[in-house]
Order: sequence, then C-alpha cells, then structure tokens
Amino acid sequence: MSVEVAGTAGAKPDGPLKLAVPRGALLEGTLDALDAAGVDTSTVRSESRALIFPGDEISLVTMRPSDVPTYVEAGAADVGITGKDVLLEQSDRMVYELLDLGYGRCRMVLAGRREDERLGEAQRRLGMMRIATKYPRVAERYFESTGRQVETIEVKGSVELAPLIGLADGIVDLVATGRTLEENDLEVREEIVECTARFVANRVAHKLRAGEIDELTAKLREATAR
Amino acid sequence: MIHPIPPGTRDILPDEMRELRRLHLALLDVFESRGYGEVTTPAIEYDEVLARGDGRTADSAYRFFDERGDLLALRSDMTVPIARLVASRYASAEGPLRFCYLANAFRAVRPQRGQMREFAQAGVELIGTPAPAGTVEVVEVLEATLDAVGLDRAVIGLGDADLYRQLLTEFGVEGEPRDAILERLATHDLVGLESELSQAGINTAQVETCLALSQLRGGREVLDQAREIGGPAVERATARLGETFEALEERGVAERVRVDLGLLRDLGYYSGAILEVYDPALGHILGGGGRYDELLKRFGVDLPAAGFALYVERVHVAQMEEESRRGGSP
Repeated sequence: MSVEVAGTAGAKPDGPLKLAVPRGALLEGTLDALDAAGVDTSTVRSESRALIFPGDEISLVTMRPSDVPTYVEAGAADVGITGKDVLLEQSDRMVYELLDLGYGRCRMVLAGRREDERLGEAQRRLGMMRIATKYPRVAERYFESTGRQVETIEVKGSVELAPLIGLADGIVDLVATGRTLEENDLEVREEIVECTARFVANRVAHKLRAGEIDELTAKLREATAR
Repeated sequence: MIHPIPPGTRDILPDEMRELRRLHLALLDVFESRGYGEVTTPAIEYDEVLARGDGRTADSAYRFFDERGDLLALRSDMTVPIARLVASRYASAEGPLRFCYLANAFRAVRPQRGQMREFAQAGVELIGTPAPAGTVEVVEVLEATLDAVGLDRAVIGLGDADLYRQLLTEFGVEGEPRDAILERLATHDLVGLESELSQAGINTAQVETCLALSQLRGGREVLDQAREIGGPAVERATARLGETFEALEERGVAERVRVDLGLLRDLGYYSGAILEVYDPALGHILGGGGRYDELLKRFGVDLPAAGFALYVERVHVAQMEEESRRGGSP
C-alpha cells in the first residue's frame, strides 16, 4: 500500500535545500543578500508570477513574510528569511533563529495622533488604552511588561486608520521611514523594539543538513556584514 | 448533528487504527524482546506528586479538584509517573529495572498550531544503570526500534544537558542571566543568545566559546573540535560524551548517532546525555530522551536512570512518508 500524505513535506537530505523568501518589503534586500552569498536569484528577479524557483543546490520558494515561520517550522521549507517583527509575533513557532541579516531595519512603535492627548487621557481616566495593531501579541507583551493595561484590537489592513476614526486611542505598528505616520497625522510616542531581517532554519533540517545550512549561514553572514 | 471535541484531540477510525495497532505491536515487541516490561500508570495523578518530578510539572496543563478537594493533574509524560512507581513499588529492588510503555500524555496547546493536547508516546526507562552503559543500552534499544518500524534513515542526536550550566558557572554567570542564556540555547535563538551573552558580563572569548559550541554537530570529530575550544566544563562534557560515543562504537551502534553540542532539551529533569530523534521525512522531532540521574532522588530513591520516548503519531507519519518514498508496500 502506498500512502500519500498531504502537508507533511519533509526536509529531504537528498533534494535541493528549500529556502523561503519573503515577498514584499524584504524581497529586494533578501535577493541582494542571496546574490552576494552566491545564490542565483535571477529567476525570481525576472518578475515571474511563479512561487517556486527550482535550483540545483537551493530552491527558492516565495511567500508572505508572515508565512515563513509556518513553512519552516513544519519543514516544508528547510530555511527561510523573514522579519524579526514576524518572529516576535509568532514567538511560539519552533524555528531556529540563526542570523541577524541587518537589512530591512525598522522600528516597532506605539503611535498616537499628533498633538492629541487621547492616549495619556485614556490611560489616566480609564486606566486602559485601546490599541489597534497587526501585532497583538507583541503589543500585549510590551504593555504588560511596562505595567499598563490595554485592549488590543487586531486589524489586518491600514492600522493608521484606527485612531483617525475613533476605533482606537493609538496603534502599535512597524515604521521604516515614518512617512505613513506623518501623512496620517500620527507621531511616534514610544519605541518598542528594532526589527531586521533574520535567517531561520527548521529544527530537523538544522541537524540533518548541518553542512549545507552552516555554509549558507557563513556566506550570508559575510554578505551582510558591514 | 455535529458534536465538537476539544481542539488538539481526535477520533481514530478503523483504517488508521489498524495501521497504528501494527505499529504499537512492533514497538512493544522490540521493547519486550530487550527485557523491558510494559507498565501502565493512571492518566490522573496527584498534582503534588507529579510536581515533585518536575517543578514546572513538565507543562501539565490540566489540573482539577476531585470530590474531596484534592488537586489532580493529567500526566504530561510517562517518565515522572514511572519514577513515582519505582520509588513506591520497587524501592528495595536490586537494579537494573527495565520498563516500557505505550500511553497517552496530555499537554497544553497553543491555538491553531496543529498541536495535540492528547498524544501517544512509546518509550523505555532503564533504571539503575549509570552512564555510559545505561545510555548505550537505551540508544541500542532506540536504534532497534527505529529499524523495526522501517525508519532506517532516522538519526539520533546526542548532546549533554550539563554542558552549558557548568560552562556558565565556570564563567561566573549565575541566576537570571544564566537562565536567560539557557532559554535562548534551548530555543536555539542564536541572535538572542549573542545579545544575552554580551550582556552577561563575560569577555568576548567566552561569548565566542558559547556561540561556537552551540554550532558544533556531526560525527566524532565534533568532540575534538570542542576540546580545542577548551576549559574544564567543555573538557568534562566532551569526556562524558566521548566515553558514551566510544562505547556506542564498540557495540557497533554509533553509525546513526550525531554528536550535537547545541542540543538542549527544555524538560527540567535531564542531566548528562540527552537524545533527540530526527527523520529526514518529517520536519518535526520524532522523540527524545536522555539521562535523568537526579529525578529518582526527588522521589526518595537514589538511582541513575535513562530512557527515551517516541511520539507514536509522528512515527506513523514518518513511516508512511518513508514508504511512499521507497514506492513500495509496507
């Protein structure tokens, strides 16, 4: 009897190493780092709509940054690159964080409306703030560690909207340049943590494909070192 | 009508159960043939008894009061209940004692993660045989088990639970900073590890030592590489591991064992050798184990011990993957 099991793709030491590449803001930096580390990324750069780009030694698989820990934890991808913000939000994913790649630098911040004391006011009078965010777990941990009570409201789209039309008193979000905040009349009140791109590995692949993964780690370290 | 069951639990239907039962029998066959007698213990125990084995009760998530107001807990593994059993029923027995089990254990799950609240474990406990002989026997049984269920590509990682504790003591890192570093090592967060180490007030060479050690994994040569790094704690750990590895080689069972100095299991009771099992067909760990020479003492019997546990459902999935890879029939 031959049995096919969906969704249990493994870290097969025989095939090429599968590397999860984040689409979106981290894509450019990731491809540059991979190029510098000697990984051919021309097929991804050719703007193909494909999701999988096979290679002899390394196959690239593109996906949303927030999906990278999921695929890597399950071993569907052996290694991957994603933002520290994603790893913090999904801190219960069991992936090995091997390297800080340094690029994609941005800050996780608490922001409120400019010249508007609603945040402090809510905290003072209600003892409680309403915070809209795409990162509810990071936000909750941060406020808990600073001894404040908040109601986090998870939103999926433009977080900036929430304080503008009264859904929340403030937001916790990732800012790179701060332009989006500025355009929406918001300002940074507190900095929570700085985030960069990270190189992660599946636990089993890290053991069974130690040689390949160590080599790629060393090359990426060299390529991204300043 | 659909009646829900809690997430992380499941029904098993006849087709799967037939295969699982074959697997169960194959596992128990190996254990019994090696002289390990099967035991069953209650799924529910007194919380304070389980907590004695592991201060954190090994993630025991389900506690409740009985009709007399006593606090009960569902077991989160079988090692602690068997330690309890040995202390109460075999306290004066001349060792070594060999037990095996196939039992369900219960742990907390995080939502939407595909984790199981209730899962089956199969394993052995060898009580009364110290390192390295006891460790070697356990590894031998583990290898025979993997062979018997067709996982001939599976690999066993062998590490040392005391290495970093002793190393950090040697560096003068104690208390909270030490726990923070051990936590990073257990989750293998190397970026976080580097930052914790740099805040621990130790010098650059010492930071480098910790980082380099955590990356060492492979064959016997790893022990020599570690020795070059030096220091009494590393010396002791590599001596322990070397002794075990040599004994494994003598018994001809070292081939699928990889020395892994980055290995650190998060259960509270391990000391000395620790084991993890991987199969290339599965992205998750198949099982693990090691020595817990201090555990029985907590129950009032001072006996060295070692064992391993495999996650039965994962072994089953790996088995199916290996079968379809081979393209043949079981």
